[in-house]
Amino acid sequence: MTGQSEFHAALLQADQPVPSGLTDGQGRPAGRRFAVYRNNVAVSLTEALETGFPAIRALLGEENFRAIAGLYLRESPPTSPVLSLYGAGFPEFLANHPPLAHLGYLPDVAQLELALRQSYHAADSTPIDPATFQRLTEDNLSKARLRLAPALRLVRSPWPVVDLWRYATRPGSKHPSATPQDALILRPAFDPEPHELPAHGASFLAALAKGLPVAQAIEAAGDDHDLAATLTLLLQGGGITAIDLE
Amino acid sequence: MSKTLNTLALLGAVAASVAGHTTAANAAEQEKCFGVSLAGQNDCAAGPGTTCAGTSTVDYQGNAWTLVDAGTCASIELPAMADGKARMGSLEALTRDLPA
Amino acid sequence: MFDNPPRPLPFAAGVGYKPQHYAQILSDAGPVRWLEIHAENYMGAGGRPLAQLRHLSERFAISVHGVGLSIGGEAPLDANHLARLKHLMDWLNPASFSEHLAWSTHDSHFLNDLLPLPYTDATLARICAHIDQVQTTLGRQMLLENPSSYLAFAESTWSEPDFLREVARRTGCGLLLDVNNVFVSATNLGFDPRSYVDAFPTECVGEIHLGGHDEDHDDHGAPLLIDSHGREVADPVWALLAHVLAQTGPKPTLIEWDTDVPEWPVLQAEAARADAALQVLA
Repeated sequence: MTGQSEFHAALLQADQPVPSGLTDGQGRPAGRRFAVYRNNVAVSLTEALETGFPAIRALLGEENFRAIAGLYLRESPPTSPVLSLYGAGFPEFLANHPPLAHLGYLPDVAQLELALRQSYHAADSTPIDPATFQRLTEDNLSKARLRLAPALRLVRSPWPVVDLWRYATRPGSKHPSATPQDALILRPAFDPEPHELPAHGASFLAALAKGLPVAQAIEAAGDDHDLAATLTLLLQGGGITAIDLE
Repeated sequence: MSKTLNTLALLGAVAASVAGHTTAANAAEQEKCFGVSLAGQNDCAAGPGTTCAGTSTVDYQGNAWTLVDAGTCASIELPAMADGKARMGSLEALTRDLPA
Repeated sequence: MFDNPPRPLPFAAGVGYKPQHYAQILSDAGPVRWLEIHAENYMGAGGRPLAQLRHLSERFAISVHGVGLSIGGEAPLDANHLARLKHLMDWLNPASFSEHLAWSTHDSHFLNDLLPLPYTDATLARICAHIDQVQTTLGRQMLLENPSSYLAFAESTWSEPDFLREVARRTGCGLLLDVNNVFVSATNLGFDPRSYVDAFPTECVGEIHLGGHDEDHDDHGAPLLIDSHGREVADPVWALLAHVLAQTGPKPTLIEWDTDVPEWPVLQAEAARADAALQVLA
């Protein structure tokens, strides 16, 4: 009898023997036929990672990426049949993989790619009309809480994560320079796009996301925050879906 | 606090400049770029035959990692990782000017 | 036993939907009368996939084809996944739902392949229980698809057609007959594909699949066909389709092309060929 535990283990570890009791239909051992299943698992999950992390693939080169994908998929096979979100642990895997230690930015780029996919599949929402802001008194606005779009994602990084991503995925993009970038992903219609946030903009957004009132979010970001720039980005990208007044 | 109030006044101005610039979602228009949409699609096809990806044993020991083919595929040598330059290619210069 | 869907699949050609064909499907469907989607690609909370699907469903009958339920798994069905599936089915109310005679999840690992099963009484009881659970949860009949086989289990005591007949009898489910899978399995395991079809409970067939396969070989040099869905349907598979249709009559017939997806006109031409095979019967 060939249990699924035995089959499962042999699928992921090619040094395991082919499970017993499998034949070619003519009574001979299945042998290489079992490799079809091993191959399907490894190739299909590698492809899922390749399509999910195109920037990492471009940064590492295809051969290196496939080798690393092979390690990752065996260590962390999907735990859900919904492959569109496979690879949630990939950034951490890259961070803890010693041969990649000198490429400290890889995990953040991977995190950005993961966030792009999450954004793509997030719930739809209707952005507020920016004119709504003008109709509020300063007192109302100061106490208001802004509801952010479900497709909005924030990726904070000590690396130029947006420029790295663009450089890797869009030919002709500028060469990344040594400037930290926080990324704000917005999905005005259906296509998520990463934007570089102004300095301290991430603190402002993180405070809003926690449900803090606007005045506190402004204070959290400090005096050096270009509030107009952050707010323009947010409104143009449909990032605010409601203003909750007390 | 007065600084915050000044900043709040700014919000109205920003909102005014942005009004009318937002775009409405076109329900289901054709994708312009399929990058994200094709990421991690499930299907029920089988892989390309009995090629080596599934039958390679993958060893990883410390800083040295290699792919050793257990089946019909030739062994694959990966470049040494000591200084990382071999695999950085066009991004080699990039590593120098990044913050540590 | 279950309510019929409001809009059944037409007895005509359909194709597996790929987002890159969205605009052309709407402007020039040609012979394509219905579309099949993979359930797992539409389990997000929103975004373009669901918006496109809603729009397409206004024009075309939709078949939902699951690839991740692991009906043949030794463990209980994944309750979270079944709930996601029910959510999609309730939202879309499609013409049909189908899944595979296979397993793909074990020990909470989803292996992303349709893995083979021994045809034993124990497997039969387990699969019937799982299908009962799916049909009860969804409140409708499902179709179960015959697999592509690359190997056989020494412990099997049922033939595949008899096994599927018994599953359909016990659960009231319908069957999805993948004609390419029959040809692939017959070649790989050395049986006659026409005899398989003759033994198949054709009265239970609610849908037919066609797809392309690749050629490889086993340790002994024997042909080993791979169900790649990456090319045109092979000529002997078209011949086998005619043999099937002669017994089933016209059925909703789908072209599956999942890897190296071609331009729309190529897929349309394959659908036209399926359509012609159906027209012969009319």
